[in-house]
Amino acid sequence: MMSDAPSNNLVFDVCDVTYRYNEVTALNGLTLSIREGERAVILGANGSGKSTLLRLLDGLYFPESGAISVFGEQLTEERLQDERFAFAFRRRVGLVFQNPDVQLFNPTVFDEVAFGPLQLKWPKDEIRRRVAEVLETMEIAHLKDRSPHRLSGGEKKRVALASVLILDPEVLLLDEPTAALDPKSQSQVIDFLVGWGGGAKTVVTATQDLDIIEDIADHCYVFQDGRVIAEGEPKAILNDVPMLRQTNLLHAHRHAHESGEIHSHPHLHHHHEH
Amino acid sequence: MKTISNQLPVNETRTSERQQRRRSGRFIARTLLSLGRKMDRALSAEEIARADGLLQRLDPRVKVIGLLALLIDVALARNLFAILGIFAVALSLAFLSHVPVRTLVTRAWLGAFLFTGLIALPAIFITPGNIIYRLPLLNWHVTAQGLHTGLYLIARVETAVTLSLLLILCTLWTHVLKALWVMGVPVVFIVILGMTYRYIFLMIQSARDMFESRQSRMVGRLAGHERRRLAAASVGVLLTKSFYLSSEVYLAMQSRGFRGEVETLDDFKMRGSDWLALILFLSLAVFAFWLGRQSFAAALITI
Repeated sequence: MMSDAPSNNLVFDVCDVTYRYNEVTALNGLTLSIREGERAVILGANGSGKSTLLRLLDGLYFPESGAISVFGEQLTEERLQDERFAFAFRRRVGLVFQNPDVQLFNPTVFDEVAFGPLQLKWPKDEIRRRVAEVLETMEIAHLKDRSPHRLSGGEKKRVALASVLILDPEVLLLDEPTAALDPKSQSQVIDFLVGWGGGAKTVVTATQDLDIIEDIADHCYVFQDGRVIAEGEPKAILNDVPMLRQTNLLHAHRHAHESGEIHSHPHLHHHHEH
Repeated sequence: MKTISNQLPVNETRTSERQQRRRSGRFIARTLLSLGRKMDRALSAEEIARADGLLQRLDPRVKVIGLLALLIDVALARNLFAILGIFAVALSLAFLSHVPVRTLVTRAWLGAFLFTGLIALPAIFITPGNIIYRLPLLNWHVTAQGLHTGLYLIARVETAVTLSLLLILCTLWTHVLKALWVMGVPVVFIVILGMTYRYIFLMIQSARDMFESRQSRMVGRLAGHERRRLAAASVGVLLTKSFYLSSEVYLAMQSRGFRGEVETLDDFKMRGSDWLALILFLSLAVFAFWLGRQSFAAALITI
């Protein structure tokens, strides 16, 4: 059984982890820790290993070398064979995938949201009540009888979030939560994440969207080639322009002003005040 | 504004080529669109499953056992009467379960008739026996035995397809899976069935996107061997994508606690009416089995 009291307040302790997809190294001796209540952002360009890390933290992949512990216990394939450990782990850690289409596989939105609690064998009446509550909270109650694949991108994302949040996990792992969303849907997702759990929950977000990190993070890890090359508070990371350029998170941006003058500067919106 | 079409030499040959390509393009696009629509319809077929009909009210296990028993009878029957009798039962069940005849015609009978007809057609002419008709000009012989064989094959397939469709239409898919699972069908089989249902729509969507993206980058007409090469490559890519998708869907299921067991919000409970229906189904299946093993004349006398 998973212990309730995390040792030293650590939720995840990733120690010298390496993971490969055949010949391609996704994570290369990665070491980092996530504390309870921390809102961490994993920043990195495509292929830097962000999504792989989230899958390792969610017990879907297992490291080739190195170790990961969760709530003070080793997270291994063997441990997840133990039903009690697996149920406790799935109840406490939730992952929202980047592509909602792979996460939405039930005939209706209601069934989709009820899927997780059903697997964890919650009482049926409790499931019906909680599904109705979560659908209301996420403002998708009107979609409950719709087929998930017929929804818009923003609606799909909210259903995907609802399907994980119904378990009220202590740790939420988010893979590119704002990718391919229109501005309104993006801001809805961000607003929700900022307010979720009164800010007391642990949230790990993998993203390359620099515009959202000040809203959703209090600590950033910058990934390159499967390693952490920088970490710190969002402001400090966003001010380190050479590092952001080196990691392909920033690019020169040419644009015109009303005066007709055209010039280029790093494409970082919160710096762009002139 | 200068358009690309303004710069292209236009002549009748080119126009006709383009029209031909557009026509064949439209054919593929229409096929993919139609597949997508069919999947949509399949996924929304749950409307019938949620209706208040005879089969819908029964426990899924009774439906699986009962309809499967009749299916086995159809497969083993040696005479037409037994098969037609089961077909009549299937029709009555469809009527009492509010399954529209149009649904049966378009989703089962028409397709089954066309495919089976193609296979059965030669049997009408090549099976030796009593000649009952001679085709003019071709001078081919239609024999009584050949006609019987053809009818027998078509009736068998149509009845089997109708029974299977009734099970699928009148039962929520998750309940079918759970019924199979509680009846001891291996988890691997259940997981594969469940996964197929879940990602087939994504695969069709993926094929449609691939086709449209290819169309948007093509100008002119490719040579035959180039088209074949492209088609083979597309099939390969689609297959790889489908493997990737299936593993992603499975990971997403695992992430929310899936461990191979089929769970549904509704618990299965056998009521008096379910037991009665089970007894009726099994009695009917035993009778149909006995009838199906009789000779044609004996069956006729029994009826």
